[in-house]
Amino acid sequence: MSIDTSRVATSNSSAATAKKPGKAGAVANWADERLGLGTAMKKNLRKVFPDHWSFMLGEIALWSFVVLLLTGVFLTLWYHPSMAEVVYEGSYDPLRGVLMSDAMASTLDISFDVRGGLMIRQAHHWAAMIFIASMMIHLLRVYFTGAYRKPRELNWVIGCLLLLLGTLEGFTGYSLPDDLLSGTGIRAADGFMKSIPVVGTYVSFFLFGGEFPGDQIIPRLYMIHVLLIPGLLLALIAAHMLLLVYHKHTQWPGPGRTEENVVGFPMLPVYAAKAGGFFFIVFGVTAIMGGLLGINPIWKYGPYDPTKVTAGSQPDWYMGWPDGALRIMPGWEFHLGGYSFALNVFLPIIVLPGLMFTILLLLPFIESWITGDKREHHLLERPRNAPTRTALMVSLMTFYGLMWAAGGNDIIAITLNSDINQITYFMRVAVFVGPAIAFWVTRRWCISLQRHDEAKLLHGYETGVIMRSPEGGYSERHLPISENAAYTLTARDRDVVYTPGSETDESGVAAPGGRLNGLRAKLSELWFADNVQKPTAQELEEARHHAEHEHALTAALDGVAADGHQFDGHHAVEGESLRGH
Amino acid sequence: MRILNSAAGRLSRLRRGRLAGALLLMVGLLAAGGLWTAVMTPASAEKTQDLASQVEEGRKLFLVGCSTCHGTNGEGILTDRGNNLGPSLVGVGAAAVDFQVGTGRMPMAQPGAQAPRKDVAYSDEETAALAAYVATLGPGPAIPAESDYSIDGLDSEAQEAAIVRGGQLFLTNCTACHNFEGSGGAMPNGGYAPTVRGVDSKYIYEALLTGPQTMPTFSNGNLTPDQKRDIIAYLNNLNDSAGVGGFGMGSLGPVAEGLFAWIVGIGGLVGFAVWIAAHTTRSSKKKVQA
Repeated sequence: MSIDTSRVATSNSSAATAKKPGKAGAVANWADERLGLGTAMKKNLRKVFPDHWSFMLGEIALWSFVVLLLTGVFLTLWYHPSMAEVVYEGSYDPLRGVLMSDAMASTLDISFDVRGGLMIRQAHHWAAMIFIASMMIHLLRVYFTGAYRKPRELNWVIGCLLLLLGTLEGFTGYSLPDDLLSGTGIRAADGFMKSIPVVGTYVSFFLFGGEFPGDQIIPRLYMIHVLLIPGLLLALIAAHMLLLVYHKHTQWPGPGRTEENVVGFPMLPVYAAKAGGFFFIVFGVTAIMGGLLGINPIWKYGPYDPTKVTAGSQPDWYMGWPDGALRIMPGWEFHLGGYSFALNVFLPIIVLPGLMFTILLLLPFIESWITGDKREHHLLERPRNAPTRTALMVSLMTFYGLMWAAGGNDIIAITLNSDINQITYFMRVAVFVGPAIAFWVTRRWCISLQRHDEAKLLHGYETGVIMRSPEGGYSERHLPISENAAYTLTARDRDVVYTPGSETDESGVAAPGGRLNGLRAKLSELWFADNVQKPTAQELEEARHHAEHEHALTAALDGVAADGHQFDGHHAVEGESLRGH
Repeated sequence: MRILNSAAGRLSRLRRGRLAGALLLMVGLLAAGGLWTAVMTPASAEKTQDLASQVEEGRKLFLVGCSTCHGTNGEGILTDRGNNLGPSLVGVGAAAVDFQVGTGRMPMAQPGAQAPRKDVAYSDEETAALAAYVATLGPGPAIPAESDYSIDGLDSEAQEAAIVRGGQLFLTNCTACHNFEGSGGAMPNGGYAPTVRGVDSKYIYEALLTGPQTMPTFSNGNLTPDQKRDIIAYLNNLNDSAGVGGFGMGSLGPVAEGLFAWIVGIGGLVGFAVWIAAHTTRSSKKKVQA
């Protein structure tokens, strides 16, 4: 059988060759062949992130950390971590000739004799304050939306550690200038350590290399500030981000969004541009604040001297709440065998922060133990749909806020013309009563909002159209909400109260952990008590029928008066004048 | 004034001698008599006449405006519980009156934790008359002269040295209550150390000298007149060179800084986050629903 070759193309006599790549392509190809970037990038450049402003709060922390690294490197070029005594001879006249530590003198040089030094120093300080504040609001967002549930519990733990390390990093940082305010802070920290029973004095002597202040503390804090903690922070931030990529970002529920997918925009070009742009905004805001708002004017505090102190000696804001606890603590102290036990210091400043941090760390585990919920969650929950969870955090926030205010009791007293003693007495009670009130109010508030959602699903939204019946009674017309809105409102799970298995097995032997399970069941019941569950499909169907029936009853009114759509914007009304007038 | 004080100090060291009392009496009588004859020339008699009439005017003002609390002879009035309605003014000196009345603290509008600074109720002449009258109740610090609290008379190098000394003295003696920039601070039971920024140098000097309200008295033994002057020079220098780092946010320390970090810093950045999230990718004017 002969083959007709007349139809075979004759042009492809040679193998196909790729078009010569452009310059960028050539570089990318060079890198790909050596680093294998293509495979890694192919997936990650197209990685999808959901779009919501609250998902960008953690980014503020990330970018302010980058700003901290950049400005911090600048500062290390001129700062001397030394407590050697020198005579200041720089250009700030009111301190010239004063004896001070080399650390203080070099910080003054950064402020007055290094070009741009003061602005960078202030930007570094502002960025530090913003770094910790943004970690906190990011934490609140993650908590309130339930994003810390399985599988993200460990990322929550990492985040908490970042918050703790960031706080310590801040403290070691603002202590470095060795000015009057920071020296007072180090003195206070020395007292806190010494309040620890038995080992307190040892801890203090080890850290200070002898009795306070010694000549060791500034170099040691410097090493902790520029090497130890930043290293840990970098490692934990990397782990935090890797877990974020591995888990994928959570998203709000809505049509098309499930536990199995992520709906949003890809990394390139959308999020690369958004996140990159946000970095410059964060840098810009900290730079503007550093340029315009004077922070920590060490030249006014002067060098540290244990004989001096200034009114308004407060730590930076993130250390403010334990300081508040210290300020309102009654002076409890007892002596045993010649040793003092300073509970007035030990309880508020060592025990309380440790306790609060432990609670924070354990929140996801406590919740999942109580609710018995071990499922994976990638869809977020609205705060109202977890009333007890929301109320718990608001209660903790209230505690924090009151302690915070107590830490500024003297500033409140002078700016609001009030009595510092009365503020202190008020706070002693309020830190216990306030969180309880806040818990109750928030919980009931959430449940009321749930009821509102239920009413919207079953009875529709309020049109604002008032109807008058033939008998003369007035009622407001309700219309059904859109399908999309109804889907979003109902895209949540029903709460399941944990019920323990039977307390005894077939042979009548009590099951292990029976009593604990009983407690767990009680807590679970309290956790979900009074929550409004979403309506069932049957209830929704009935509501729809009811609405149709109602509409039929009032149909006679249609064509007589406005049906409300003229005003609510639900459909176009062009050419449709108000009827029957 | 300074010479008188130091003379009194030297005299007081001789007080313990056995004959010191009698000797002192002799010296005093002789000096008083001698002065009377030597000084009572017609010109100074006129001055004395002026002073007497000023004191008399001051007494009348005092009876109207002050005696309700301080007593008709400035002896002070006790309440039933033994507290002071108004303290005795014997020995407080003209400086105390000039400070309290000149800054509007006296007359007090109402009893309270502390007399606040307010609008001045008396004219300069009336204040001077009140001061002259109260000075006659007993010896006390006189109103300082401008040379006491001004460094204008010094050369620039000495001025700079005075400011440096004053700064360190201020941080040692004053900041514990008045804050590192003199912005003021809280005191127990509703009291407060008021701001010392923008206060007339004379009044700061008088306050140091007389220790108004809860403030301790910084006698010339505690802070020499030169040291007082240096502190005032430092404060004036702060006023002139304010705002090196930018807006100071009330100069209240880290509490105000924290407030700005949250409101300006975090508030602004969250605003930007909302703005970025609201502007998402799109090819038409309508927002893409993601």
